[in-house]
Amino acid sequence: MALKMVKGSIDRMFDKNLQDLVRGIRNHKEDEAKYISQCIDEIKQELKQDNIAVKSNAVCKLTYLQMLGYDISWAAFNIIEVMSASKFTFKRIGYLAASQCFHEGTDVIMLTTNQIRKDLSSPNQYDTGVALTGLSCFVTPDLARDLANDIMTLMSHTKPYIRKKAVLIMYKVFLKYPESLRPAFPRLKEKLEDPDPGVQSAAVNVICELARRNPKNYLSLAPLFFKLMTSSTNNWVLIKIIKLFGALTPLEPRLGKKLIEPLTNLIHSTSAMSLLYECVNTVIAVLISLSSGMPNHSASIQLCVQKLRILIEDSDQNLKYLGLLAMSKILKTHPKSVQSHKDLILQCLDDKDESIRLRALDLLYGMVSKKNLMEIVKKLMIHVDKAEGTTYRDELLTKIIDICSQSNYQYITNFEWYISILVELTRLEGTRHGHLIAAQMLDVAIRVKAIRKFAVSQMAMLLDNAHLIASNTQRNGICEVLYAAAWICGEFSEHLEEANQTLEAMLRPKVTTLPGHIQAVYVQNMVKLYASILQQKEQSGEKEAAQEITQLMIERLPQFVQSADLEVQERASCILQLIKYIQKLQIKEVPVAEEVIALFAGELNPVAPKAQKKVPVPEGLDLDAWINEPPSDSESEDEKPKTIFHDEEQRHSRHRQPEIDEEELARRREARKQEQANNPFYIKSSPSPQKRYQDTPGVEHIPVVQIDLSVPLKVPGMPMSDQYVKLEEERRHKQKLEKDKKKKKQKKEKRGKHHRHNSLHTESEEDITPAHHVDIITEEMPENALPSDEDDKDPNDPYKALDIDLDKPLADSEKLPVQRHRNAETLKSPDSEAPPVEKSKKPKKKEKKHREKERDKGKKKEKEKKVVEEEEEKKGEDLDFWLSTAPPPVSTAQPQSGPEVSAAVVAEPEEVKKEEREEQQEEDEGKKSSKHKKKKHKKEKEEKSKDKKKSKKKHHSEEEATESVQNGTLDDEPLPPMSSYRLLAENPYIKMTYDIQGNLQNDSQVTVSVIFENKSTSFLKSMELNVLDSLNTKMLRPEGSSVHDGIPVPFQLPPGISNEAQFVFTLQSIVMAQKLKGTLSFIVKNDEGSTHEKLDFKLHFSCASYLITTPCYSDAFAKLLESGDLHMSSIKVDGISISFQHLLAKICFHHHFSVVERVDSCASMYSRSIQGHHVCLLVKKGENSVSIDGKCSDSTLLSNLLDEMKETLSKC
Amino acid sequence: MINAVLVFNNHGKPRLVRFYQHLAEEVQQQLIRETFHLVLKRDEHICNFLECGSLFGGADYKLIYRHYATLYFVFCVDSSESELGILDLIQVFVETLDKCFENVCELDLIFHMDKVHYVLQEVVIGGMVLETNMNEIVAQVEAQSKLEKAEGGLSAAPSRAVSAVKNINLPEIPRNINIGDINIKVPSLSQFM
Repeated sequence: MALKMVKGSIDRMFDKNLQDLVRGIRNHKEDEAKYISQCIDEIKQELKQDNIAVKSNAVCKLTYLQMLGYDISWAAFNIIEVMSASKFTFKRIGYLAASQCFHEGTDVIMLTTNQIRKDLSSPNQYDTGVALTGLSCFVTPDLARDLANDIMTLMSHTKPYIRKKAVLIMYKVFLKYPESLRPAFPRLKEKLEDPDPGVQSAAVNVICELARRNPKNYLSLAPLFFKLMTSSTNNWVLIKIIKLFGALTPLEPRLGKKLIEPLTNLIHSTSAMSLLYECVNTVIAVLISLSSGMPNHSASIQLCVQKLRILIEDSDQNLKYLGLLAMSKILKTHPKSVQSHKDLILQCLDDKDESIRLRALDLLYGMVSKKNLMEIVKKLMIHVDKAEGTTYRDELLTKIIDICSQSNYQYITNFEWYISILVELTRLEGTRHGHLIAAQMLDVAIRVKAIRKFAVSQMAMLLDNAHLIASNTQRNGICEVLYAAAWICGEFSEHLEEANQTLEAMLRPKVTTLPGHIQAVYVQNMVKLYASILQQKEQSGEKEAAQEITQLMIERLPQFVQSADLEVQERASCILQLIKYIQKLQIKEVPVAEEVIALFAGELNPVAPKAQKKVPVPEGLDLDAWINEPPSDSESEDEKPKTIFHDEEQRHSRHRQPEIDEEELARRREARKQEQANNPFYIKSSPSPQKRYQDTPGVEHIPVVQIDLSVPLKVPGMPMSDQYVKLEEERRHKQKLEKDKKKKKQKKEKRGKHHRHNSLHTESEEDITPAHHVDIITEEMPENALPSDEDDKDPNDPYKALDIDLDKPLADSEKLPVQRHRNAETLKSPDSEAPPVEKSKKPKKKEKKHREKERDKGKKKEKEKKVVEEEEEKKGEDLDFWLSTAPPPVSTAQPQSGPEVSAAVVAEPEEVKKEEREEQQEEDEGKKSSKHKKKKHKKEKEEKSKDKKKSKKKHHSEEEATESVQNGTLDDEPLPPMSSYRLLAENPYIKMTYDIQGNLQNDSQVTVSVIFENKSTSFLKSMELNVLDSLNTKMLRPEGSSVHDGIPVPFQLPPGISNEAQFVFTLQSIVMAQKLKGTLSFIVKNDEGSTHEKLDFKLHFSCASYLITTPCYSDAFAKLLESGDLHMSSIKVDGISISFQHLLAKICFHHHFSVVERVDSCASMYSRSIQGHHVCLLVKKGENSVSIDGKCSDSTLLSNLLDEMKETLSKC
Repeated sequence: MINAVLVFNNHGKPRLVRFYQHLAEEVQQQLIRETFHLVLKRDEHICNFLECGSLFGGADYKLIYRHYATLYFVFCVDSSESELGILDLIQVFVETLDKCFENVCELDLIFHMDKVHYVLQEVVIGGMVLETNMNEIVAQVEAQSKLEKAEGGLSAAPSRAVSAVKNINLPEIPRNINIGDINIKVPSLSQFM
């Protein structure tokens, strides 16, 4: 008892914990807000304390309050404090709170960078895990940039738990810092084959996300994914891959062909519905991408449709839903196979589940044909009547309109029917989609000339019954149709039979209760109506009647003049004045009708929504150039707006000055025409290629309307569409009979008669001719409109930034920013900014290095372009090969095998290399040769034996190698793989290869990159590298160390692992090659204990390593040569058998030159030393020899360079 | 990508809110409310997928939910996720909770929101699925709880452990509590003494 009391009081004394808070909130249901504000005050007190436990408890409570909707961003700093606690318990609380409330706008977030970095490298995997998890939620561009390299390192962490998290976070990093994608991608790709399935799944996940946004950049991964797909058993991974293939197939139809078989197998074999469903989905995508009509694919379609039908018929609503969803995809390309299941889909319309009904609606959209459109719409109309709840009914309404209007009214054979459907839809109560119906009415009336007469009569009826529509304020949405009705009646008033009646309907006082914009249209169109009535009366000589109508207008218009809506008021008063003027003229018995009609002469053509955007910029017009220099005198600036104003005045003249006499009008019209003719931005009405079917003004082109007189006209308030269905059936029947009679002749004729430009009819549809020969006017586009698909691209798309070509070699600027490594710090070399610690497998490393090398080259724009082009072709070739030749599962890796092997053995004996190269070339060139197959078989065997040994390793090198092959090339021809890494030294434990690069920023430094590869089964550690400095060349050591001290290699090597370290050397003179002796000492640790080992080496600094690939343009090059202060020297090498192409590539690659110009078998090349010597070469190729003339500002350097070149070339 | 994971009860009270993109608190609450109303309208035995229109900013997003007793588990995902896969994932998540809490009920979620978050963090990270194997998830969660216990953690441990920890921390109390608190709480303590 006493103890309990102690505990209770202690509890109270000690702060409330989360549970207490929750309990408290639950006990204060009535005054929750007050209680919580009390709690927040307490929390603020707690946060002020020093004890981290108290603080984290407070933060934990804040996280709970955040969930309830309280802003806790004020505590951001305290959250960071808790994040930096040393105990995992608290750290986790801190990171959780941060993940809930931190975002890019949190200013203190920048304080976290170092803390997160520390946590990421914590020895406790859960500290790292928690930091990664938190980071995934609040990573900002800054954090992404600063931590990208750390996270990338974690991708190779020993614990799969960390690896998979790191891999996933990389996606977030890519999004925030797109520059990181290319440097990180090789490692990401490597993770696709991680031994841990979780990591593999994560990598698949990330690449799928990336590929989904920019699929084309990931096509080259298809073979790898294909292999994964055929080998993986993890459904989750399979689903992702299959989804990815779904995104890739549209880009590469051949991929689809390859996929069909394994996918079909999966469909047959899998028991997992989710997988089955995704397979079906991708098969559909494949079928869509393949050109239809391939006989053997109809089986696949049938299979899909059949499986989907099973899904749809399933009692599980989820499967039903998905089945419908997938079905709608098939529908797009294979409507016929779906149409046979119409019954099933119509049945789904009655489902109690709205999601399913909506899906079924979607399906109907695609299922309509000319034949069944009326029937389907009729069914939908029934559903509209039955539907309870406006949302679903509105959905139905939009669907009906979508279905009918799709692909330019393709399926509508009878527009009278459609107009009556639209009119029927206006009777829907409470719909929000009045504007939609209105838009359709306008569109149809404008674009289908033949229907205008009928449309006008229907619209007149609507106007007459406007009270039905507008009476209920709740029906506001639907009164939009009056807008369309008024406009149509006005614009096409010549078709009106009872114009007087309609005019009166429009002048009813009730109209003033309509929304302003509708009234405005009313007012404007009244005048049009009035004008046409006037004309009619004058022509028939009924002067009295004409004056009567004028009087009516003058009597009724004032109600609009008094309107509160500005637009209405303005128009009404203008028009009132105009009509008063007309009245005066009428009294004087002057015929005015012609002039009034002229106010509205001319036809309005629909303009495509994107027309404005597509107006091409005229040649010679630079929109970015200043029209006038900004600080120029104000006079000219004023002028421009003035003209624009003047211009506008002219255009609007008919509104503003209605009393202008005919002459003036004509003059102005003429002037306007002139102006328009000269104005490139004015959309002229002359036919452009896009509107083939648009008529030139003139009667001849208006098609003859054959109105079926048996159609009962104007039955207000009665649904008419049903009658049309009946009539249409009769008509078709008649037609069919007729057609049967004169089958042969008519077929030809009919085709000719088709005025539709859309000709996606199925055979049965072709039999149905439209009731009218309908002329659908295409929307106008400016002449020479630029065809582009870019309209739909959103410039703000965050994923656009990730549209990065991943196969391009890395450029210098693309390295990930790294916190400088200890080694690098002391050496102060910008080059060592590259991720120095990398635990990756050797071939990969090599490739990376190789790329780095390429970066320099890439600097030359022109060339880079070439390289990229070439690469693309290469990529295409490889993929091509995989897609065309190789039988699916076995030889997935085949096409790459050649380069793979050769790259892997770069440092091995020359013979092997040559052999491989031969094979590769054969493979590239002789794809179709019969010999090839034999060769391939042989190689396959070779491969397989190798596979067994190092199947794991093989795969890394596989893709890497292809890329490296692509890199060093200039033109179309395939090149043998090249590596700039030379062997430094080797013993049974370790192998060292090295490469030397000049340092751009420092004219007396070069960076030596050494790859250490552990060849033994022991662990290598405490590696230390030392060289004997010469007078000229010295290794840069940390300050304070003597020349005899070695530099420790900043990593240890587990068995079989390779890694790279960089060392910086300072030089004085660079005109001569140098050799330095050195020693690597290291400790070998294995089960038997550890031994100390040494390996001596000689570091060779060739003159070429002092050169930096620098682009040079031909004019600059010519100037350089002209300057005359260059020394000249030349060499000639005989017995050259490789192509000029390869030769240049070799010089570029090994000697760091870039091609300036190339003409036939002659090329000029350029490079620059780190100390600024210009080196120019003229390379000429003869039959079997190559001559190189060189010019350089230093003769010693030049001769040394040429000697080195000679050596390289003589090896060829 | 998963855009959000929401757990709320039959009355729309949030029990777990995890958005994978930053949204202001009011917007979050609004979304929870709207999601709740969308889900609530639906009968049992109809499909678990729900198009949410522009609710989450884009027609690409879909709500996938499951209803367990008093709780709705709602995942908002885009088209790159497999619908049935996510449905399974919800099941895995719930079963994992069941294991971690031993017969989970709404009360567990109410009082241990943080722990639920930690479980979720082992399933989904930054909107991407991290792990689907329940045993693996449970193992990681337990390993971290163990680590926490070893540290003498106080916040997420079961109540017994909490009071134990509080007792352990007893000597620290006077040092850490500010004067205002002492004024209020000292009487009860001295009374006992």
